[in-house]
Amino acid sequence: MNMHATPQRTQAETALVEAFAARLSELPGDGAVMVKRDDAIEAIKDGLPTRRVEAWHYTDLRRLLTSVPDHDPTANPKPLVPVIEGSEVLSLLNGVVRGKAPALDGVTFQNLSDKLTDGSFAQALDPLDADDAIGFLNTAFVSDGWFVDIAPGAKIEAPIELQNLQAGGQTHVRLPVRVGAGARATIVERQAGSGAALASSVSNLSVGDGADVVWLIVQEQPETATHLAQFNAELGKDSRLTLFVMNAGGKLVRQEIRVKVAGAGADFQLRGVNLLAGDGHTDVTMVLDHAAANTGSRELVRNVVTGKARGVFQGRINVHQLAQKTDAKMACNTLLLSDDAEFSTKPELEIFADDVQCGHGATVTEIDRSHLFYLMARGIDEKTARGLLVKAFVASVIEELDNEALVDALEAKLDTWFAEHG
Amino acid sequence: MLEIRNLHARIASTGTEIIRGLNLTVKAGEVAAIMGPNGSGKSTLSYVLAGRDDYEVTEGDILYNGHSVLEMDPAERAAAGIFLAFQYPMEIPGVATMEFLKVALNAQRKARGEEPLKVPDFLKRVKEAAASLEMDIAMLKRPLNVGFSGGEKKRAEILQMKLLAPSLCVLDETDSGLDIDALKIVADGVNALRAPDRAFLVITHYQRLLEHIVPDTVHVLYRGQVIKSGDKTLAHELEANGYAGIIEEAA
Repeated sequence: MNMHATPQRTQAETALVEAFAARLSELPGDGAVMVKRDDAIEAIKDGLPTRRVEAWHYTDLRRLLTSVPDHDPTANPKPLVPVIEGSEVLSLLNGVVRGKAPALDGVTFQNLSDKLTDGSFAQALDPLDADDAIGFLNTAFVSDGWFVDIAPGAKIEAPIELQNLQAGGQTHVRLPVRVGAGARATIVERQAGSGAALASSVSNLSVGDGADVVWLIVQEQPETATHLAQFNAELGKDSRLTLFVMNAGGKLVRQEIRVKVAGAGADFQLRGVNLLAGDGHTDVTMVLDHAAANTGSRELVRNVVTGKARGVFQGRINVHQLAQKTDAKMACNTLLLSDDAEFSTKPELEIFADDVQCGHGATVTEIDRSHLFYLMARGIDEKTARGLLVKAFVASVIEELDNEALVDALEAKLDTWFAEHG
Repeated sequence: MLEIRNLHARIASTGTEIIRGLNLTVKAGEVAAIMGPNGSGKSTLSYVLAGRDDYEVTEGDILYNGHSVLEMDPAERAAAGIFLAFQYPMEIPGVATMEFLKVALNAQRKARGEEPLKVPDFLKRVKEAAASLEMDIAMLKRPLNVGFSGGEKKRAEILQMKLLAPSLCVLDETDSGLDIDALKIVADGVNALRAPDRAFLVITHYQRLLEHIVPDTVHVLYRGQVIKSGDKTLAHELEANGYAGIIEEAA
């Protein structure tokens, strides 16, 4: 970000620098962690990224980040019923761990605030690159999180739901998760709240050789909240990661996904559903590296945009020279429901191997009027008919998940969203 | 039951007038056939009756049981008992046929102030209707009309008609794309629904369908108007002599 230093700080930048000075004494961390925090706030002082930074071209953070509330120590969000019945729930309320971790065979849970002080975590706070604004913001302010360690070979049947909830102010958390070789788990990352908060959240997942992980991000912030999130994952040999992302809220949302398919034979699946309403701005930016041979990936993102909402999907697939026989396909389909709705898609492929199959496609459509007429001609009122068609558009992404409880839960969220915004 | 008075309708996007002063009366219990050459406005008439907003009514009225339907949207007309069996039923991926049938049936029941059907009752009705049309119930587990053959789509339309039990049934070129066996099954399905309190408007280009669904009245549509009406013998006359004679006679 240094390249684009700007002489005059915005209100938001000034507020962040002041908030850092005010909160520094209460933020956890050993000396090495505090040095990382200091470096991070220095990067923010140099200016948030603008549209001139390629990775932020469609989301000019400097212009769009207008409100930076103070941290509110009295904010008291209430835990939510988990997305999937029978899940083990771990809460982060107003940026700190609340309650005790459940006892679960094969899983170790630790408070991140402890890890920040025990000398083991500073390295994990390094920025990913010079434009890693979410990384900088989170590193400067991170207060707590859950560290989850799943033992090699453990088969964890009950989903683990990590709830990060806000009720205004600022919250900054990290969710490092390590899944051992051959282990299997389903993790739900729940991002929600009730206030006009500035929330940042960084998840780091390491998938061991032969492990099989399903990770769901369910983001339902209120229309007043800013939500800046990052999901980073590295996949070991012959492992499998299915990442499902649902965005259904927020005023300013950026969800970065950075996945490195590092082990031969590994497979990555991304399924995304963005339900965008109001006048919010939602950006999903993925950078996927195929860095080993015989790896595969499929990315399918479906967007429904209404009101004056704007959406962005940037998908970049890098196929390294070593990654022969990579099979990668990416598709982004958008359904626009109003004249003022907007969606920008930017697919990119960078291929250095010569024996690969890669492709991408993008479409933007409106509701098919003849389909709508057909349904209405059978007595289905317009709102219900539109609901059926919108659901049909995104349901195929959800139904692929191959887990009935999960499909039901996500379809219920879809119905709720459409009842409010359809 | 249906009274169309001096109806004028045009394509909303281009302003091209298709229906140009059409008059037609269909009584309860009557099966009225609408015949006419290509481009005479047959399909447009069916869409205008069902309320498709690609067409604008500029003059005249459509009275159904004495009340104008022009201000009603397609869903309201359907709930009031008007049913259009489409010439080309839409394929709608992602909408399960069974779910669609249930939502449609219960939407109409709700509009009439009736309780939604319980699932076992609903399934029983669907199974009975499917069996009578020799349809494989497995088909209904697929998305709506997706991958159905032309004949299967037409049977699915009649299945919907059976389930929804409308009082005015508009059949738009139901015979197109059907082989003779399928045509018989579909016609039997329609004939079984004939009742004193139900009327049919059977739109067709050919006499063939009318051998199986015998009409009470036949109306010839040309350039958006009914130019001749008669009984079923009029259809035979058309089959033998073509439309040219009648068109000349009217001109």
